Amino acid sequence: MKTNSRAGEKIAKLLIWSTALFVLVVLVAISAYILIKGLPRINWHFLTEIPRNMGRSGGVASTIVGTLLVTAVAIIIAMPFGIGTAFYLAEYTKESMITRIIRFSAESLAGIPSIVYGLFGFIFFVIYLNLGWSILSGGLTLAIMILPTIIRTSEEAILSVPKVYREVSFSLGGTKWQTIIKAVFPSAIRGITNGIILSVGRSVAETAAVIYTAGSALRMPVSLFSPTRTMAVHFYILAREGISLENAYGTAALLIILIFLINVVANMLVNRFIAKGR
Amino acid sequence: MVQNASKISVSGLNFYYQKKQAIFDLNLKIHANSILSVFGPANSGITTLLRSFNRLCDLTPGAHMEGQILLDGKNIYAPDIIVTELRRKVGMVFDVPTPLPMSIFDNIAYGPRLSGMKSKKLLFQSVEEALKMAALWEDVKDRLSMPAASLSGGQQQRLCIARVLALKPEVILLDRPCSGLDPISTAKIEESLSHLKEKFTIVIAPHNVQQAGRISDRAAFMLMGHLIEEGPARAVFANPQDQRTNDYITGRFG
Amino acid sequence: MKKFKEKLSGRIFFIFALSSISVLALITVFIIVKGAPIIAKVGFFNFVFGMKWSPSQGEFGIFPMIIGSVSVTLGAAALGVPIGICCSIFLAEFAPAKMREFFRPAIQLLAGIPSVVYGFWGLLFIVPFIRNFFGGPGLSILAGAIILAIMTLPTIISISEVSLLALPRQYKEGALALGLNHWQTIWSVLLPAAKSGIVAAVILGIGRAVGETMAVIMVLGNAVAVPLSILDPVRTLTTNIGIEMGYASGEHQQALFATGIVLFVIIMLLNSFAQYITRKR
Repeated sequence: MKTNSRAGEKIAKLLIWSTALFVLVVLVAISAYILIKGLPRINWHFLTEIPRNMGRSGGVASTIVGTLLVTAVAIIIAMPFGIGTAFYLAEYTKESMITRIIRFSAESLAGIPSIVYGLFGFIFFVIYLNLGWSILSGGLTLAIMILPTIIRTSEEAILSVPKVYREVSFSLGGTKWQTIIKAVFPSAIRGITNGIILSVGRSVAETAAVIYTAGSALRMPVSLFSPTRTMAVHFYILAREGISLENAYGTAALLIILIFLINVVANMLVNRFIAKGR
Repeated sequence: MVQNASKISVSGLNFYYQKKQAIFDLNLKIHANSILSVFGPANSGITTLLRSFNRLCDLTPGAHMEGQILLDGKNIYAPDIIVTELRRKVGMVFDVPTPLPMSIFDNIAYGPRLSGMKSKKLLFQSVEEALKMAALWEDVKDRLSMPAASLSGGQQQRLCIARVLALKPEVILLDRPCSGLDPISTAKIEESLSHLKEKFTIVIAPHNVQQAGRISDRAAFMLMGHLIEEGPARAVFANPQDQRTNDYITGRFG
Repeated sequence: MKKFKEKLSGRIFFIFALSSISVLALITVFIIVKGAPIIAKVGFFNFVFGMKWSPSQGEFGIFPMIIGSVSVTLGAAALGVPIGICCSIFLAEFAPAKMREFFRPAIQLLAGIPSVVYGFWGLLFIVPFIRNFFGGPGLSILAGAIILAIMTLPTIISISEVSLLALPRQYKEGALALGLNHWQTIWSVLLPAAKSGIVAAVILGIGRAVGETMAVIMVLGNAVAVPLSILDPVRTLTTNIGIEMGYASGEHQQALFATGIVLFVIIMLLNSFAQYITRKR
């Protein structure tokens, strides 16, 4: 009996260790493979020239600009709504019917597939509001898609601010608004920023929600009403249509590096500027 | 013996958290420019009483009260009272040091800034003055921009006292302010309190009977939400009128 | 003035908070308004259970795609759930601190890699592998299930790990004190106690798998037919929309929105179930 359970423990441990290592190896191998194939393709021309010949030659400059603009629109729109909702839920109400409905909506939005956001963005922003395929349509669609992420991460960050900070602020004669702005927000900003970084990453990586809202134009965008093609969409089209495997690898490697950089740089900025003083 | 005018006067105070009653029919007069110790075992309603003086209790969901609390003869629960102004007049120091996650200077300047003080010069003046009164100035004058959390526990608690003093309050409430501190820090805080009472009215929940005996002018004993007795500190400790007070002071329970 | 500012800030936050409700309502209304007419025209039964999808002849039956979505998702769950739970047990109970420090951010970062990149990798490696070793075209349910399993792993791992770590220490200590060994403790005490969190993680992972589009377009083969084995190509609800939105118009476009309605309903059911389970905890 004793030897039996000991053997069982050994087998189980072995199984779990090997599964975990296997997963790690697979995940790292996927990104390593793309990077190894794609990095040699990345050079100054690739970064600064717009795609030519449907992306067979030339660079990816316009898709970089498109990606950054679409993402910027999404974040700028979603941030106030997401953070505002989080503060409302965490600071301004007790649990009630209305907060339950708000939470249910946010959680439901979080589960909606990105292709459904794509459908909605197409029918609402592109057609109904007549914004056409544009950076604005794509950005607004993404804003809706990342809204629940920002709400959830911000609310968690706000709730994790120690209660005494609020009490101290109130006891020093602070109003609710002053307390939120001066005592709660500075302590929550780290978590809130992490949520925003996560959302930036999702926006940059998204394909289904932007391909039918921002379009797939390869020209350099001139305004927010220009159609554009994001890097993820560009990669998808290159790979799926077999236009240029070489450029597809390059674009994918660039995407991975960009997402990695966003994480690293944002964390550094948070550590350097926001987290000081505590 | 001539008594000063009463700064705070409590009459018929009943306090409830939802259904649970925390304070029963409490009457109390607190004299200006003196130190009152409110002591008793845990869960006697002392914290609740202190927090009702600056309406910090309002923040607890389900808390409600009956009765009257007058500050300078004015009911602090009257509808025309502006709570933020009341809290500026009645400052509070908590049982554990509660520095906000910002610099020493910003911690002290927090209150003045809330009330609209913007001038760097004025802010610096009131920070310096508050730190001097709390006997912390010499310790920190060279590192005002350091995070407040870098101070020792005792220094942090004096910082919290200075933070309250910067509000230029009339009453200071201290809820077991030395419970987590070493004897030397405790002595320093008690020392500064004895100076501060010349300017302020101080209500303290001491963390033990000895502290109550050392620092108070008057003392009040609370048990299970009831005020058992109140009087000049020396009289209460040397010759308690109530058996329960006597039992507590002599360590027979709690 | 101050009171006014206070009130105003509360109002503004409230208005922000209404955004998610109104957006959800807008999405529901617009997808339904655009998609419902074709369901009404074809008939609900014919639409959902129709076997033939041929837009040019006005035939809109999405049953093969429902089968496709269900089979690919079940396949992904069968592969991803046990592996994901194993990894979360590893992180919560076995991993040395240093390894955990590396593993966790690695998983997070890999969750951020665009899904299309995973799809592309599947096309390059998984598809030929299946073709060579199992036969068939390679583009298949199996290929899609493997890619989705990999993609849903980060979700399943991180949420299950959180619910394992959230258990009170006493559970583990109590079990060990009773003489159970580490594995028995995990199996008979910790896992059952963390069950609701793990189930929620699985449902959220499944939700992601049902909703994924562009990655699986590349590896599923996209044939509109009821599959007979896991080596057959298949089309899912999402890929149906993803492939044809580019050129659809008129009734065809409406039918894609109607496909979206069905997808939307499935996801809402899954979500409500996950929310119900987490709330019960």
